[in-house]
Amino acid sequence: MAERVNSVVACRDMDTALPDIDHQRVVFDDGLTLECGQRLERLEVAYRTYGKLNAERTNAVLICHALTGDQYVAETHPVTGKPGWWEMVVGPGRPIDTERFFVICSNVIGGCMGSTGPLARRDGGEGPWGTDFPPVTVKDMVAAQRKLVGHFGIARLFAVAGGSLGGMQVLQWAANFPEMVFAAVPIATAPYHSAQNIAFNEVGRQSIFADPDWQGGRYWETGRIPARGLAVARMVAHITYLSEEALTRKFGRRVRGGQAMTAFADLFEVESYLRHQGSTFVGRFDANAYLTITRATDYFDLAEEFGGDLAAAFRGSRTRFCLISFTSDWLYPTAESRNIARALNGAAANVSFVEIASDKGHDAFLLDEPDFHRALRGFLAGCAEHAGLA
Amino acid sequence: MDAVQPEGVRYVAKNMRVDLRLIAEMIAPASRVLDIGCGDGSLIDHLYRTKGCDARGIEIDMAEVTRAVVHGLPVMHGDADHDLAQYPDGAFDYVVLSRTLQAVERPREVLRQMLRIGRSALVSFPNFGHWQLRWQLLWTGQMPMTSVWAKPWHETPNIHPCTIRDFFALCEEEGYTVEKWLAIDEAGQKAPWTRAIGMANMFGDQALFQLRRG
Repeated sequence: MAERVNSVVACRDMDTALPDIDHQRVVFDDGLTLECGQRLERLEVAYRTYGKLNAERTNAVLICHALTGDQYVAETHPVTGKPGWWEMVVGPGRPIDTERFFVICSNVIGGCMGSTGPLARRDGGEGPWGTDFPPVTVKDMVAAQRKLVGHFGIARLFAVAGGSLGGMQVLQWAANFPEMVFAAVPIATAPYHSAQNIAFNEVGRQSIFADPDWQGGRYWETGRIPARGLAVARMVAHITYLSEEALTRKFGRRVRGGQAMTAFADLFEVESYLRHQGSTFVGRFDANAYLTITRATDYFDLAEEFGGDLAAAFRGSRTRFCLISFTSDWLYPTAESRNIARALNGAAANVSFVEIASDKGHDAFLLDEPDFHRALRGFLAGCAEHAGLA
Repeated sequence: MDAVQPEGVRYVAKNMRVDLRLIAEMIAPASRVLDIGCGDGSLIDHLYRTKGCDARGIEIDMAEVTRAVVHGLPVMHGDADHDLAQYPDGAFDYVVLSRTLQAVERPREVLRQMLRIGRSALVSFPNFGHWQLRWQLLWTGQMPMTSVWAKPWHETPNIHPCTIRDFFALCEEEGYTVEKWLAIDEAGQKAPWTRAIGMANMFGDQALFQLRRG
């Protein structure tokens, strides 16, 4: 039986919490009132910047990260030691050129890389928030970013860009602060979370709850984290980030040379790949943060805030939009970007919309996709011209 | 075509199609323009650079869309038949449909939408009444093919060809006012037959109309 448990998710050294890192951050003592009505008395926003803010403060690009991303966009990650998640896109000479733009990225609130979230010390109490951390929404994440942007004295962002949950934040920015967003680039995203999206998130959450080490969310008390549950959540989610084509191309039905006809050893290559994805994830992510952020994405329905009319979210907007989707993305398929495009047209907004041919699924926005990178670079260059940025 | 540029063709857009150049001349500076079937966006680029227009495009071919976006042009994937209904009334000063009317599913509906969302519609189309086409059909008894109508009947996307006369008839039926119209001959010049529809319909390779409602 012990062998079986080990093989369910083969992870070593998982029962350790996230390393304590001193993330760069701003503390807002005036706090933040959340959409749910609760108030964070003290708001911390962890962030990283790249490039230089010009004297006029007009060249700032805010990047919004996805579900399990963070502010370490274009540098070695302090926990994993791996390259930043968007190094192909952000950096000197890259499509979001840090020699030209001042790039800001902050950890979303509810996250676990230094911004206020379940790992942070609770207001006026002992120990971390844990599951008592109030539910946050995409709008709350944007409200926190808005404070950070104000902290830099930036009145208008040249661009806001992001994929997936990051794309939702971009849409929220454009809807709530249109005068602060010259250009918006929502990538591989949707205007609301579909039943299927919520369903997959729920499987992930249930697998965390089912882990005895979750301990009702107070796992810090014993020092044993719900590593297996979190790893399985990541495995399920990871499948939704890929495509059948990509899985077939990478793994097919190849076996790892293990003995056939066993139910428990990892036999197929795709299995060990997923197990690896799961086990490395738990070393860099907090289970309660995962629960909080997946919930935030599930709550997302931009039209709801505008009486059910998505076009109303963008009416009168002077922001220049560039929607980008990928052919094989079935998590946030092109049809969702088309819904956004339709709403933007309904508001007579300025829209570019391109679907990039890729077999890499939803993750394509993080990978080497030359057409995507060229389109992003070209769109920003065109906008820079319109914005009068030299 | 290496001949001296005639007066009136002032723009440097060398690679721009003749009908696009003529369309550009009809558009007032600083206006809002939607170009349906904009290809790589050369017209909207031209309108922005030379006339300061807020020009945008819709294109059905994704490779062209990508090319346009890479060049920083506001172009979106979409098509005339399905995507015009999304825009609010009067969103544009001009809505342009160049050499696309003959390829849409419902030309009459597309025109209605164009004049709903735009104050003015600029429509160019290849003229199926050209004498060469008439002659080929009469003489060979087969579907005609010319440099303008270059694909065999089973390959062509042009499912709704019409003549200049047909188009006038449709405008009358729909109650549209033809503000301007002109025919273009083989050499790509404005043809001098604007007072004689019959002549234009016989010798014009392409036609360009500016319409407005009622």
